[in-house]
Amino acid sequence: MLSDLTLSEEQKAVREAAREFAEKEFPKYAEECDREEKFPFELLRKAASLGFVGLHIPEEYGGQGMGLLAYCLAVEEFWRVDGGLGMILSTTFGSEMILMFGSEEQKEEYVPPVARGEKICCSCFTEPQAGSDIAAVRTSARRDGDNYTINGVKTFITNGSIADYYVVLARTSPGAPKRSMGLSVFVVERGAPGLEAKKLTNKLGIRASDTAEVYFKDVAVPQGNLVGVEGEGFRQAMDFFNLTRIHTAFQAVGIAQGAFELALEYAKNREAFERRLADFQVTREKLAVMRTKIEAARLLALQAAVEADRGKPDPGLTAMAKYFAARVAQDVVSESLQIHGGYGFMGDQAISRMYRDVRVLEIYEGTREIEVELLARSLLGELPSKLGAVRRHPLR
Amino acid sequence: MRIFVLVKHSPSPESLLRVSADGKSLDPTCLTYDINEWDRYAVEEAVRLKEKHGGEVVAVSVGTNCDATLRKCLAMGVDRAIKVPAEPGFDASMAAEAVVDVLKCEAFDIVLSGFMSQDANNALVGALAAAKLDIPFATAVTELSVEGGEARAVRELEGGYREEVALPLPCLVTVQSGINEPRYVSIMGIKAAKAKELKDHPVKLGDATVSTERIYAPPTRRAEIISGAPLEVAEKLIELIRSKGVLR
Repeated sequence: MLSDLTLSEEQKAVREAAREFAEKEFPKYAEECDREEKFPFELLRKAASLGFVGLHIPEEYGGQGMGLLAYCLAVEEFWRVDGGLGMILSTTFGSEMILMFGSEEQKEEYVPPVARGEKICCSCFTEPQAGSDIAAVRTSARRDGDNYTINGVKTFITNGSIADYYVVLARTSPGAPKRSMGLSVFVVERGAPGLEAKKLTNKLGIRASDTAEVYFKDVAVPQGNLVGVEGEGFRQAMDFFNLTRIHTAFQAVGIAQGAFELALEYAKNREAFERRLADFQVTREKLAVMRTKIEAARLLALQAAVEADRGKPDPGLTAMAKYFAARVAQDVVSESLQIHGGYGFMGDQAISRMYRDVRVLEIYEGTREIEVELLARSLLGELPSKLGAVRRHPLR
Repeated sequence: MRIFVLVKHSPSPESLLRVSADGKSLDPTCLTYDINEWDRYAVEEAVRLKEKHGGEVVAVSVGTNCDATLRKCLAMGVDRAIKVPAEPGFDASMAAEAVVDVLKCEAFDIVLSGFMSQDANNALVGALAAAKLDIPFATAVTELSVEGGEARAVRELEGGYREEVALPLPCLVTVQSGINEPRYVSIMGIKAAKAKELKDHPVKLGDATVSTERIYAPPTRRAEIISGAPLEVAEKLIELIRSKGVLR
């Protein structure tokens, strides 16, 4: 298949190693971590010791330097077994910002321990009043001699209550002419006076993943903790998401693949009206369409990742992959649960957990609506994307 | 210590099985391949022997499509790999012949292989290779140690019994599953494997000793319902459990 032809031998080996690890290890933790909303620290340590956590981070910063696609293949395999546990690969979330825009000192200090799985990173963008509209960020960072003083509240922060490093978007110039101007990014360390985090509980899905509200009350950070350029925070955030949304596309492909496999197995074994479900035309069509959609989503995700590995992610291709794969994942997981019938609905099956886990994929890392908007902007030449290269039709 | 380990790139038993149009082989299209499950234990045991005694582990595989499995061995800690590129259709005797050709060109202290393959289930290649090399061998080994020029192996017998044997080196051992806990392939291992040698060792093989007449799906097996008086049912059940080796 094309999705296989695109991969190098090493990338295939990474995929297989990730598959074996997830297949053998995840079943030990999946149900309990979901039920208890418990972050799988032990599993993170195991995965890190095998090199899965920093797969995409360059070797000089403690990672494995295998590229984005190799990392994404591990993400796919982890999510194929369990989405919540698959989030252990998101403990690097935010370190990408430091790698893209940080100073050499920042990269050397903050990235290697995260790449080795010894420290956990998080990104603090969302606020109670600023989700998709991140230019509405109110958290302020006021210049105060050699320091910046940060005040504000961030919410729905992945890894928020377990993180060692917080990558924070804050407003440095309140009077800037446009809302998207005057924003800057800082890295704040756990334990900084005035920094507090409260774990948010009772999430619908990915309950093994930590989500928190993070409070900054007169948190002083030295000037050296400014990541990138003052006032360029919005643009930096957009570039960051263009990259990290590719991970999400692979999360979606993974959970869809897992749900499909469960559906196929169930349909082959469950009998109704003295036939296997797999012998009913209505089920056969479901399975055929599910598999087709997954392969299409996988190819789009691959395209976005290959583009990023060639140099720079294309915002249009990233948005397309994330939008489509997340959409497909909703459809496939829902159809799989439908095939499982009452057993799927009763909640103690993996498919029930997937049904809850999958929902976040059209919400976090850019809602479905935002992805569509980015796609449209790419098509219309409002964003620098290959999707803008459209020929005029001769019959216009 | 120079340790050789024989590995097979085999279809997974969980693959969808389809008989080819010729009725004599499996359609490879639907098969998913991996390292033979028993060989995974053999590789782990080989790497552990090296970690304890020092030396080198070399993996040998026969077939044209076994690169991925050999690379996996290299990623697990094997030092180099040798492929005998034989076209599909070789039988156990030919595989043993290929392996022996490789081993005759190398110096070795011990050869490990899986007890059997997950596809053919012959459990023949190891024993045949040992016979052709005229070296001692032990099969279905569940514990292994090497000290003072000999290998001590605990073999699994029927009915839950064990047998301990001593074999002078060089020797060959086929390992039973569960002898150890095979390590996961690490990303560091995959990267290290890139720099390791994987070379071809072409061998002109003789004719097959076994020809396949027909491959077919087995008739559906049915569960047996034990009926009768409670005492009679219990006795039959105990006998059944005993015959499977659970009770002695």
